[in-house]
Amino acid sequence: MTDLWMQLLLTADATLRISTPLILAALAGLCSERAAVIDIGLEGKMLGGAFTAATVSYLTGSAWLGLVCAILACLLLALLHGFACITHRGNQVVSGMAINIVVAGLAPTLGHAIFHINGDTPPLPQGARFMALTLPGAEALRGVPVLGPIYAELVSGHTLLTYATFALIPCVSFMLYKTRFGLRLRAVGENPEAVDTAGISVAWLRYRAVLIAGALCGVAGASLSTALGASFIRDMTAGKGYLALAAMIFGKWRPGPTVTACLLFAFTDALQARLQGVSLPLVGEIPVQFIIMLPYVMTVILLAGFVGKVTAPKADGIPYVKER
Amino acid sequence: MAQSKLPGWVNAGLIPALNLLTAFLVSGLVILAMGQDPVKAFGHLVYGAFGYGEAIGYTLYYATNFIFTGLAVAVAFHCYLFNIGGEGQAYLGGLGIGLVCLYLGDLPFWAVLPLTVLGGALFGAAWAAIPAYLQAKRGSHIVITTIMFNFIGSSVMTFLLVNWLKRPGSQLPETSPFPESAWMPKLHELAGSLGIEMAHSPANLALVIALLCCVGVWLFIWHTRWGYEIRAVGRNPDAAVYSGISPARAIMVSMLLSGALAGLMGVNELMGEQHRVVINFTNGCGFVGIAIALMGRNHPAGIVLASLLMGALFQGGAELAFEMPAITRDMIWTIQGLVILFTGALEHLYRHRLERIFPRKEAPA
Repeated sequence: MTDLWMQLLLTADATLRISTPLILAALAGLCSERAAVIDIGLEGKMLGGAFTAATVSYLTGSAWLGLVCAILACLLLALLHGFACITHRGNQVVSGMAINIVVAGLAPTLGHAIFHINGDTPPLPQGARFMALTLPGAEALRGVPVLGPIYAELVSGHTLLTYATFALIPCVSFMLYKTRFGLRLRAVGENPEAVDTAGISVAWLRYRAVLIAGALCGVAGASLSTALGASFIRDMTAGKGYLALAAMIFGKWRPGPTVTACLLFAFTDALQARLQGVSLPLVGEIPVQFIIMLPYVMTVILLAGFVGKVTAPKADGIPYVKER
Repeated sequence: MAQSKLPGWVNAGLIPALNLLTAFLVSGLVILAMGQDPVKAFGHLVYGAFGYGEAIGYTLYYATNFIFTGLAVAVAFHCYLFNIGGEGQAYLGGLGIGLVCLYLGDLPFWAVLPLTVLGGALFGAAWAAIPAYLQAKRGSHIVITTIMFNFIGSSVMTFLLVNWLKRPGSQLPETSPFPESAWMPKLHELAGSLGIEMAHSPANLALVIALLCCVGVWLFIWHTRWGYEIRAVGRNPDAAVYSGISPARAIMVSMLLSGALAGLMGVNELMGEQHRVVINFTNGCGFVGIAIALMGRNHPAGIVLASLLMGALFQGGAELAFEMPAITRDMIWTIQGLVILFTGALEHLYRHRLERIFPRKEAPA
C-alpha cells in the first residue's frame, strides 16, 4: 500500500469527521432561510449546543442526555430568534448577531461559574462522549486490497452522530421537496402572501422552520464538544457557523450542492491540518497562518467567482406584514 | 420606521431607554441565576465606570474606540450594507498606523499625526475595498464576505507579527515600541499643561479626533451629494438608478469610508495606550460597533451616547470582575449581546403598547 494512498484515505476520513457539524449547521440554515428567516445565529446556537452538551454530559455521565439538552437549549435560542424576527419583525441579521454575542459571553461565564476553570469544561470521560464505532468486519476486511482499507478507514470508525448526519441529508431533502410541509415551507420563503391567502399561518410555518434549524444546530454543537472533541472550549465553533452559511449560499439554498460545499470546506480544513509543517515541492513550507485561512479565502473566491449571481428565496430576510 | 405614529421624544428617547432597561433586567436575571447579587453587581459596574476620575477617563478611552467602529458600521448602514467586517478593518488599519509610527515616527508629532491618520484610514479602507467591490460588481453577500475578511485579516496580521514585524529578540507577537514622538498626548497631560489637575487615565487626544469624525460623518451623510446618493441607494436602489445614481459607486464610497473609519481605531488604542502593534488589539470592538450603530440609530450624536454607555460597560465590567470574581469579564459580552438584542432586533417590543398610550395628534398623511 503506497504512502500517498494512505494519506489520501486519512484525509478523506478526516473530511467526513470535520464536515459533520458543518453539514448539520448548513442544513439548519437551509431550512430557516427557505422559510425566509436569515440565520446568522448558527454560530451562536452551535456554541450554545456545544456548551450544553459538554456540561450536561460531564455532570450526568451520559452523552445522550447531553445531546438532548443541547437540542433543547438550541430550541430555546431558536425561539428567541423567532420571537424577534417573526413576532416582532425585528432585523434578522441583528438578532442573529446578538445571539452569537450573547452565547459567546454566556457560555464561558456559566462554565466558569460551574467548573471554575477559565470558562471551559473539564475533559469528558469515555462514557460521556460519542465514541467512534467500528463497523462489523472492519478489522477482518482490512487486509483486502483497496476496498478493505476504504471500509476500515473511511466508512467505519466514525461516531454515531456522523452516521446520523449523513442519513439526515436525504431526509431533509425529502422533507423539503416531497412533503406538503416542505412545499409550504418553500412557498413561505418565496411568496408569503400566497400562503397567507391560502389560509395557512405564515408565522407558525416560519416558527417551525426556525425550530428545525435550532434542533439541527443542537446536534451540530453536541457533535463538536462530545464527538469531535472531548470538552467544551471557549469559541470552539471558530467561525463554523459562518462557513456553514457560506456553504448554503454557495449551494444556492439547495441541499445537494450545500452538502457538497460543506465537504469541500471540510476537505480544505483536513488538508490544512495535514499541510502544517510539511514542505511541498516547488513552494516549500507554507506558513501556518496561510493554511489556516485557506477555507475562508476559498469561500470568498467561490462566492465571487463560481457561484455567479446567487438568488436567495425571494422573501428572504423580509418580515411578513399581514395586510389589514 | 419612517412613518412612526409616535412623538419624537418617545421614539428617540423612551423606546431606546425601555429596551435598554429590559436588557439590563435580563442581565440581572442571569447574574441572579449564577447565585450572585445583581444589585450589588450593578453597583460595582456603575461605580467602576463613573465613580472616580480615573474610571471616567477609562470609560472615555474605551468609548473612543467604539465611536470609530460605531461610525464605521453606521456609514455602511446608510447604504443598507451590513459591514460586519469592522473588526478586520480596524485590525488592518492598526497595521497602517503601526507602519507609519515605526518608520516615520521620529518626525515631530504634528507631522506624524496626519500621516498615521492617513495610514490607518487607507489600510482600513483597502481591507473593506474587496468585499465592497464583490458586493457592488458580483453581488456577493457583503455579510459573508466581510465576516470571511475578519478571519483572513486575523491570519494575515498573525503572520506579519510573528514573521516580519516582531520586535527583534522578542518571543511575543508584537512590534517594537513606537518612538515617543508618535505617542498620542493623554488628556491629563494636555490638561496639566494648561494648569488643570486631572486624574491619570489612558484617555487621549484620539477622543477629539473621534468627535471630529462624528461631525465629519454628519456633514457627509446629510449635507453632501455623495451622502445623499448613499442614503438614496440604501432606501431604494431601483429608484436611485432611475434618478441617475450608480448603486455600485454608492456601495464603494460608503464601504471605503466605513473601512477608513474603522481603521482609525488604532489611533486611540495603539498610539494612545499600547505604543506598539500587539496581537488582537481590536478585542471585539468591531463587533461592538454594530451595537453602537444600532443603539445610536446610525446618527453621530446617538453613536457618541451609545459609545459612552458601552465604554462604561467595559470599564465597569473590569471593576465588577475584580470585585466579584464569580462574574468574569465574559459577562460583559452577555450584557452587550442582550443590549444588541433588545435595542436592535427587538426594537419594536414596546412600540405597539406605546402607540396606544401616546397617540400623535394629527396623523401624518
